[in-house]
Amino acid sequence: MRNTSSSGPVLSEIKGAVHKELRHDSAHKHVSGEAVYIDDMPEPKDLLHIYVAMSEKAHARVTAMDLSAVRKARGVALVISAEDIPGHNDVSPFAGDDPLFADGLVEYIGQPIFAVAATSIAAARAAASLAAVDYDELSALTTIDAAMAAESAIEPAQTMAQGDARAALEKAKYRLKGSFRIGGQDHFYLEGQIAFAAPQEDGDVHVFSSTQHPSEVQHLVAHVLGKPTNAVTVEVRRMGGGFGGKETHPAMFAAMAALVAVKTGRPAKLRLDRDDDMIMTGKRHDFRYGYDIGYDDDGRITGAAIELASRCGRSTDLSPAINDRAMFHADNCYYLGDIEITSHRLKTHTASNTAFRGFGGPQGMLGIEHVIEQIAHALGKDPIDVRRANLYGTDGRNTTPFGMVVEDNIAPELIDMLAESAGYQARRLAIREFNKTSPYLKKGIALTPVKFGISFTTTHLNQAGALVHVYADGSVHLNHGGTEMGQGLFVKVAQVVAEEFQIDVDHIKITATTTAKVPNTSATAASSGSDLNGMAALDAARRIKARLVDFAANKYDCPKDRVTFRNNNVYVENREIPFAQLTREAYLGRVSLSSTGFYKTPKIHYDRSKHKGRPFLYFCYGAAVSEVTVDTLTGEYKVERVDILHDTGRSLNPAIDKGQIEGGFIQGMGWLTTEELVYDESGRLRTHAPSTYKIPACSDRPEQFNIELYAKGRNVEATIHRSKAVGEPPFMLANSVFLALADAVCAASDYKVRVMMNAPATPEEVLKAVVTAKGKARG
Amino acid sequence: MTETVRFLLDGEYYELTNPDPTTTVLNFLRYELARTGTKEGCAEGDCGACTVVLGELIDGRIRCRAVNACILFVPTLDGKELITVESLRAKDGTLHPVQQALVDTHGSQCGFCTPGFVMSLYALYEEGGARGRAHINDALAGNLCRCTGYGPIVEAGLRMEEMRLPVDAGVLKDRVDALRSLKRHDTLKLSVKDKLTGTHKYYFAPVTIDGLADISLAYPDATYLAGGTDVGLWVTKQHRELAQIIYIGDVEELKHIQVTDRSVEIGAGASFTDAIDVLARYYGDMGEIIRRIGSVQIRNSGTLGGNIANGSPIGDSMPALIAAGATLTLRMGSLERTMPLEDYFIDYGKQDLQPGEFVARISVPLPPEHSRYRAYKVSKRFDQDISAVCACFGFEIKAGVMEGARIAYGGMTATPKRAAMAERALVGRAWTMDNMEAAVAALAEDFAPISDMRASADYRMMAAQNLLRKAFIELDAEAETRLVGDRELGHA
Repeated sequence: MRNTSSSGPVLSEIKGAVHKELRHDSAHKHVSGEAVYIDDMPEPKDLLHIYVAMSEKAHARVTAMDLSAVRKARGVALVISAEDIPGHNDVSPFAGDDPLFADGLVEYIGQPIFAVAATSIAAARAAASLAAVDYDELSALTTIDAAMAAESAIEPAQTMAQGDARAALEKAKYRLKGSFRIGGQDHFYLEGQIAFAAPQEDGDVHVFSSTQHPSEVQHLVAHVLGKPTNAVTVEVRRMGGGFGGKETHPAMFAAMAALVAVKTGRPAKLRLDRDDDMIMTGKRHDFRYGYDIGYDDDGRITGAAIELASRCGRSTDLSPAINDRAMFHADNCYYLGDIEITSHRLKTHTASNTAFRGFGGPQGMLGIEHVIEQIAHALGKDPIDVRRANLYGTDGRNTTPFGMVVEDNIAPELIDMLAESAGYQARRLAIREFNKTSPYLKKGIALTPVKFGISFTTTHLNQAGALVHVYADGSVHLNHGGTEMGQGLFVKVAQVVAEEFQIDVDHIKITATTTAKVPNTSATAASSGSDLNGMAALDAARRIKARLVDFAANKYDCPKDRVTFRNNNVYVENREIPFAQLTREAYLGRVSLSSTGFYKTPKIHYDRSKHKGRPFLYFCYGAAVSEVTVDTLTGEYKVERVDILHDTGRSLNPAIDKGQIEGGFIQGMGWLTTEELVYDESGRLRTHAPSTYKIPACSDRPEQFNIELYAKGRNVEATIHRSKAVGEPPFMLANSVFLALADAVCAASDYKVRVMMNAPATPEEVLKAVVTAKGKARG
Repeated sequence: MTETVRFLLDGEYYELTNPDPTTTVLNFLRYELARTGTKEGCAEGDCGACTVVLGELIDGRIRCRAVNACILFVPTLDGKELITVESLRAKDGTLHPVQQALVDTHGSQCGFCTPGFVMSLYALYEEGGARGRAHINDALAGNLCRCTGYGPIVEAGLRMEEMRLPVDAGVLKDRVDALRSLKRHDTLKLSVKDKLTGTHKYYFAPVTIDGLADISLAYPDATYLAGGTDVGLWVTKQHRELAQIIYIGDVEELKHIQVTDRSVEIGAGASFTDAIDVLARYYGDMGEIIRRIGSVQIRNSGTLGGNIANGSPIGDSMPALIAAGATLTLRMGSLERTMPLEDYFIDYGKQDLQPGEFVARISVPLPPEHSRYRAYKVSKRFDQDISAVCACFGFEIKAGVMEGARIAYGGMTATPKRAAMAERALVGRAWTMDNMEAAVAALAEDFAPISDMRASADYRMMAAQNLLRKAFIELDAEAETRLVGDRELGHA
């Protein structure tokens, strides 16, 4: 039985009601190859293909750039560089420091310096190679350490504090100090960056962009063209994956395509190949995590000084908010007493790092989990006991370092439930027994929780719009500002509308996101897609529904509260009217059946100057247990078993949510294990294709993988049907894999030494840790 | 000579006269036929978004194999059936069981990799279906998905069986007849002028080994093309022009694999897939090493002969074969010469191959009595990755004494190479831990590895040494040492 507290009594079933498993709306098109991505659109006969030429130097003045041979090459229609931009040479989200093309100064290897539009991509690429570019090289900062030493930053260091951390540390019974490194991560969306621009009348342009943020692309394309926003329309039906990598970066490619289209009057396509994509675009920030922790005999943390330093790359991009989120999640589920978190946002001569699922949260969270395991080892305790000793309380010990009271804490319950269902404690003991008799293969286990705050921490972004039309025949056209990148947003929002109108979801047409229908939208990011757009669509549907109720009550002369919608019908007192009949009648009765909808998240506020406030409407929670086996001769390992318990509130679509949990976990596992970004000394990325950059493959999935949704889940906040966001939080469940590996390494020293291993734990990193642990154990 | 490439697609004959020989099947499908279901994810055969299936008539039966269309050149389709994601739905629009299973298990999210998974599973379906999860893992090792975490896709691989369709004998017969009619008995010769550069490109696909020998002499500067899993990337990644190509994949004699009373003889054109079972029968670990070369798609296209001929320092088959004492036979004109495989590799990118000469076959001796063979591959990821170190050991141990040792490494230097010093430290001595440690120490004299994106020099050396220890441990002790492959071997 469903209890739809927000929409009245128990209702009979429509197809695609909320809280029901429903397949992705495009699934049948995905499997048949019929789902259209931008590169699949029919190519117009006069299409131009754009190749982007990149800087060969990490930091240099461009003293000369002779493009005359490029212009003369066969098939070339246009060559564009900084001087050809009619508007502003900037595609940054807000800081104004992302030139579309380098103008005299290059700041990373891969920075666009000019672009060639030609009749084929081969012609464009061949022409670009004819350019003569002279550089005057400057010293380049390509690592966190180098940038720290040079005090090179994209903004001043930020501090978030509660109480007196220094005094607390002085008083602490035990201290633990050190640092470790956390690697970055390439998004590796399967569909690379792409934009297709079609010229329109009056010099306007219609851009198809694979973007999570059509409004920003629209704004920036107009900015580059020197035109008002209304001259540009941006449309996206679906992306072949985004993961944050298509939040700010697509504007660059859309602007180049638009520029070519407007200047030549011909349609233009810019599709990066995999290598260029990986070299040119930013990634997850790599971090150095420094800690000074005070704790007592129970392992309870009494004071903490945490120093975060991240590589932001050559520009600001979204790095301030990303690093803020690293601070917001430096506590994870724990009350850390008097605490001071310092965060350095370093400018380097590498691609500008950007949003990636978790948005800085994973790095902050991994640090404290690593430290907690270290405390447990120092005290000879089971880490789960140290975790429990530090969990946020319900009364007291419940204020985060940013001053927000944790009101919805279910972490303790999730941990208990999972420890029980996964047999954590018994397995931990069994593993210790196994390790006694297995000299070369060592097993490890770890249980880690996740608490992740939901809302954009930049408060004004927490708004969304929708547009719903009901046609006279009862069919519905649904549009909203959210974008579909595979996460199932479109089907969830369609379910919300189906539920509200009480019609089968098949009657609802899901349509491409376009700035022409819903303006001024926020990125589909921060896990907020269904929270925001679901509510906006609900608002639109309710407005139309109210008009239908008014109309029916008037026409059939009954009180409004006797008009109900149920199972594809409208009941007016005892009269059963098919939905489509009522809409026909309403049309004839001259009722508007179209409405916009709008939503803004309540309760949130944040003072960034003090790093205090309530940046989040609520928190998502989950927990995972991972078990691994390590080959201590080579450092190779296998993730053998994973158990997950995750809270999605009252899930809008449990099948879609499970997919997000499973996929997010594996992506997180990749970040912490095999995905290694290797740069050479000149700042050149050496791992820019799947041959060298290894995301998890099918066999890396744990053989036993149990995923449960928290059955009692219900958002305490009035979110869309009391569901919770799901895109990012499960990513961090993979911390358990990393810590299980660290546990197995510790086992190689007979549990005498625990090493603060760096991430990613490649076989090389693991073997290095094994050698260190064994060496120290011998003394 | 014929100048027309002919293949079958959706029951129709396609005839292409003098197509550009280095146009990839992927680009042909997407931009010439507007069949855009097949996607480009990497253009290097590593992500599988471009997976298509090739049907070939083998002993009267159509054998279906998944391959990467992104590095497959169009002329190599000659005589085959091309099957793409658009081919699978029934005429009435009903999804194929593979497709339906993926829908039912929520196996797609963003959907971009999905057509590739569909085709890998389809090849599995056509070839008898999945023998459990490990088999599916292997069948899908060449398909990357960034969204799902693979679970639902593996589930679909199991579930597709429940919906298996009856075979339509009439349709099948038509396909077999059509393929039979496409069989070519003379050399395919393409000649085309490149639109962009104006250079003339030639492509030859002889059908006999004598024909191959003649063309090789006539065009001594030509590039040999076998599976294209390396040469394809020269075009798609390095954007190189290949003016003359000699394709050996249509030479039937080069595909033969024969077991004699002394050796396994493998033609240079035999795919990894075809070679794996017979080699695994005699050298268990060699089977696992080859299973971990690339992916199903790569092993279906790629050949042992090609892996050897190009002499990559990171090709895994070479150390595995060298440790087994394999020899290589080269042919020029009507003359053949045979050498120990390790002698073929002179330096990085330089092999003992004369212009006009080609690799004819590889001979792998059957394991002698008292032989103990071990081979290991270390990489960041188990499947579809390139070795940081590949270590292979062929020992002959009689009465506790090492009578012969062949120790070969990949990834440690510019060529696949034997560890002469380490071998010397072992041969003629007792099989003891002390002597093994002496050999381990000697490896530091044999090799001075480099640091690159796959591993540091220190790690390479440490892993190389530990793998020799591991071989010792496995042949001596009852301890578990294996994470993947046949874990039982660790106790042997």
